[in-house]
Amino acid sequence: MTYDPNYETVIGLEVHAQMVTRSKIFCGCSTTFGAEPNQQVCPVCAAFPGVLPVLNRELVSMAIKTGLAIQGSIRTRSEFARKNYFYPDLPAGYQISQFELPIIEHGQLHIVTDDGVRKRIGITRVHMEVDAGKSVHEGIQGASWIDLNRTGTPLLEIVSEPDLRSAREAGEYLKKLRSILRYLQVCDGNMEEGSFRCDANVSVRKLGQTAFGTRTELKNLNSIRNVMRAIEYEAERQIDSLESGGRIVQETRLWDANLNTSRPMRGKEEAHDYRYFPEPDLPPLVIARERIDTIARQLPELPDAKAERYRNDLGLSEYDAGVLTSSREMAMFFEETVNRGAQPKAAANWISVELLGRLNRGGMEIEQSKVTPERLGRLLALMQNNEISGKMAKQIFDIMFESGGDPDAIVQEHGFKQVSDTTAIAAIVEQVLADNPLQVQQYREGKTKVMGFLVGQIMKATQGKANPASVNAILQEKLTG
Amino acid sequence: MDPTQLSLVQAHAWLSSRQISARELTAAFLERIDRLNPRINAYITVDREGAMAAAQQADDRFRNGTATPLTGIPIGVKDLFCTENLTTTCGSKMLARFRPPYESTVTRRLKEAGAVILGKTNMDEFAMGSSNETSFFGPVRNPWDTERIPGGSSGGSAAALAARMAMATIGSDTGGSIRQPAALTGLTGLKPTYGRISRFGMIAFASSLDQAGPMTWTAEDAAIILQVLAGHDPKDSTSIQAEVPDYVNTLVNRLDGLRIGIPEEYFPDSLDGETRHAIDEAQQVLRDLGASMVSVSLPHTRYAIPTYYIIAPAEASSNLARYDGIRFGYRCENPEDLKDLYTRTRSEGFGAEVKRRIMLGTYVLSSGYYDAYYRKAQKVRRLIARDFQDVYTDVDLLLTPTTPGTAFPLGEKKDDPVAMYLSDIFTINVNLAGLPGLSLPCGQDHQGLPIGMQLIAPVLKEERLLAAAHAYQSATPWHQRKPEL
Ligand SMILES: [Zn+2]
Repeated sequence: MTYDPNYETVIGLEVHAQMVTRSKIFCGCSTTFGAEPNQQVCPVCAAFPGVLPVLNRELVSMAIKTGLAIQGSIRTRSEFARKNYFYPDLPAGYQISQFELPIIEHGQLHIVTDDGVRKRIGITRVHMEVDAGKSVHEGIQGASWIDLNRTGTPLLEIVSEPDLRSAREAGEYLKKLRSILRYLQVCDGNMEEGSFRCDANVSVRKLGQTAFGTRTELKNLNSIRNVMRAIEYEAERQIDSLESGGRIVQETRLWDANLNTSRPMRGKEEAHDYRYFPEPDLPPLVIARERIDTIARQLPELPDAKAERYRNDLGLSEYDAGVLTSSREMAMFFEETVNRGAQPKAAANWISVELLGRLNRGGMEIEQSKVTPERLGRLLALMQNNEISGKMAKQIFDIMFESGGDPDAIVQEHGFKQVSDTTAIAAIVEQVLADNPLQVQQYREGKTKVMGFLVGQIMKATQGKANPASVNAILQEKLTG
Repeated sequence: MDPTQLSLVQAHAWLSSRQISARELTAAFLERIDRLNPRINAYITVDREGAMAAAQQADDRFRNGTATPLTGIPIGVKDLFCTENLTTTCGSKMLARFRPPYESTVTRRLKEAGAVILGKTNMDEFAMGSSNETSFFGPVRNPWDTERIPGGSSGGSAAALAARMAMATIGSDTGGSIRQPAALTGLTGLKPTYGRISRFGMIAFASSLDQAGPMTWTAEDAAIILQVLAGHDPKDSTSIQAEVPDYVNTLVNRLDGLRIGIPEEYFPDSLDGETRHAIDEAQQVLRDLGASMVSVSLPHTRYAIPTYYIIAPAEASSNLARYDGIRFGYRCENPEDLKDLYTRTRSEGFGAEVKRRIMLGTYVLSSGYYDAYYRKAQKVRRLIARDFQDVYTDVDLLLTPTTPGTAFPLGEKKDDPVAMYLSDIFTINVNLAGLPGLSLPCGQDHQGLPIGMQLIAPVLKEERLLAAAHAYQSATPWHQRKPEL
């Protein structure tokens, strides 16, 4: 299969983001991940006879936050609905969701395309719904285990417009959306644990064509990389099919990450008539304007606004601003480093080059770094104050990265103190000049290249601790003076 | 005097003055249940030990001065209110051995007030029925004539009380299930405003219509029980957050200035002549008490049955999806696979009427039919509610027959669902509009069977219903008639 430049790919994404509320959406059960099976279950989330749902207020606040962050319109009156289908890990036989009147509509976010252009991606709607439990088929013959711990965990379903045009754009959209949710601290964004899940609707059409092609829905995409691979595969499959005279069947396909291919779900697995109707156990959700305004005032600074501030106020490059705002943790790390006395540009450079380079090599996240922002800030401050050289700083940074520790203590222990005392340096310079009359002679005859040799001798005599700037200045003065 | 013949108010006086202990009172009712229940089949479960333990505690409360008007009062509860560790069947094979690990708000409030729960009363399966013939535990018989039905779906609650196997009972009403059996057994039955009493722990039939309420001998007894049950419950988001008025101290003996509307649509030509006559006489009594009668019209009345039989089954089809044989309740033997487990569990666990309504509800919600049925029914429902709002600008209450006729023989309408559905024709719109309605006895037919009339009030005006019923009962003997057993 090959990529055909005469076609364009049209992609819309449906994201299910698990909200990090302390309790489930309609009962008091804990939402902690990884408990023993069926230990976080009560009559309400197990849908025993006669029980009733009570909406988690914390979830509504999280949905409002999300709506504001994606500049969506928030309905002051939204409605829950039942989506009916039978499945053993769906205890009530229906999922409580929102259908005709979702809490948020008409949102958007921005990504940077392959050409470096900023592009708006529309978000059709965001609604609240419950997660189902898990069916486990391993370790039992002729039966399945049901684990209801996850049943009733709150989700936001976030549906994009079909505005994405490549697998890469889809990846950028997911990264941006996940970053926004993490900034808001409403979702941990962990795709492997399933707290951030994505289905993709993919179609292709000839360039210039305005009507959409027939789309397929891709499921079982458990990483951003898989989303991108599955979209690429699907676009090529559809183009190949059309080019060889075939037509696209509207269907749901399951991605197989091991085989790098997808297969259609069996008709039985997807043939549902969900029989939506308004949930009679919950009155319409009415949200006061003041509540939205209060939440809006408390909204944290979001990645795009932060990146702009880094560029305009702190003078960072577009690239550095992008890297440092890509996650809330990274931005907090950077800002704390600056707060501890580091110059913003130096901090940005050290974080994006030294720290991230090492973290990436070790496959680590910034939260796992032994170099804390306090320590990095102090290290850079030492360098800025000429107490250590840049070379020393890198050596100290290596020690901090490997073993942790405070830069001042490392300086003490390893004797990294830079000599900036001009009288002391002047004495050493005098000594070196006296020891090397030939080179002094050569310099004065115009062979200025020997300057380097002399600096080297001085640094050697001070075991590298002399402040290079001071050495240069004093040496210059002595040679020409 | 036989203590089982006392009203709730009288029994409280006896208990307060130590004329009888709660244990003696409870024992007298348990003895009567042992004697009469085999003929009437009003109870599915009798909780002798629980009742005697509660009676013991009630006696303690009378001694230490913490008794309430309900303390020590023996009560029967419809078997759809979940009672912790006490079997709750909902009249179905599906839940025949279901012991809830939680308590409904209704029974919790009764217990907290010190009431003695004698047991769980028979009912139509999942409250779907008007004759109590759909129960998995067999039909309930009307104490006035054991060859006749007691009405439904709260038929067990009605028959238990009519036969004096409880001092009061609790029912639930989705389309008339408290008022219709109350009428057919000569009782006072109150369906409060939708949301006045919490639905938590009350097994759902149709969530937007279901409402619990008391069945009693007198309006005064109903007021005492409503006082305990009414009020917002944080566990039920649809329960109303309004203050609970004093229902007992607002009871009156005169109705001067009260305007009662007589809606013409509730008196069709097909109405039983003796019922019509009894209501004419009741109007005269009410006039004598100071009320005035006003002719009114509720033009959308005739859409009651079709609207109800779309909305109620739609909600039921979804509410009953949880009975899948996986977590609780009946499960078929040796299922081959998941589909077989679902199909056989539900085919074997549900009775015919429940299955009929699940299919009806599934159909009207299906893709392509939703707009034609469910959405349209919701629109008509709003029109029905508006009819009532409009007439309440001119009148304070409405008076109608409760049922088109008196209790019919067992089996007569069992195989004719439409005829059966029509027996709720006068009660259904009250549920669709969410209003409070009360049925009380107002006469008897030539066979001595009770005739009931219905009073309907605006939203949250239960005290108006109870006051009018109390005044009427102060002037008439109908509520004191008892069946010969
Ligand atoms: Zn729970």
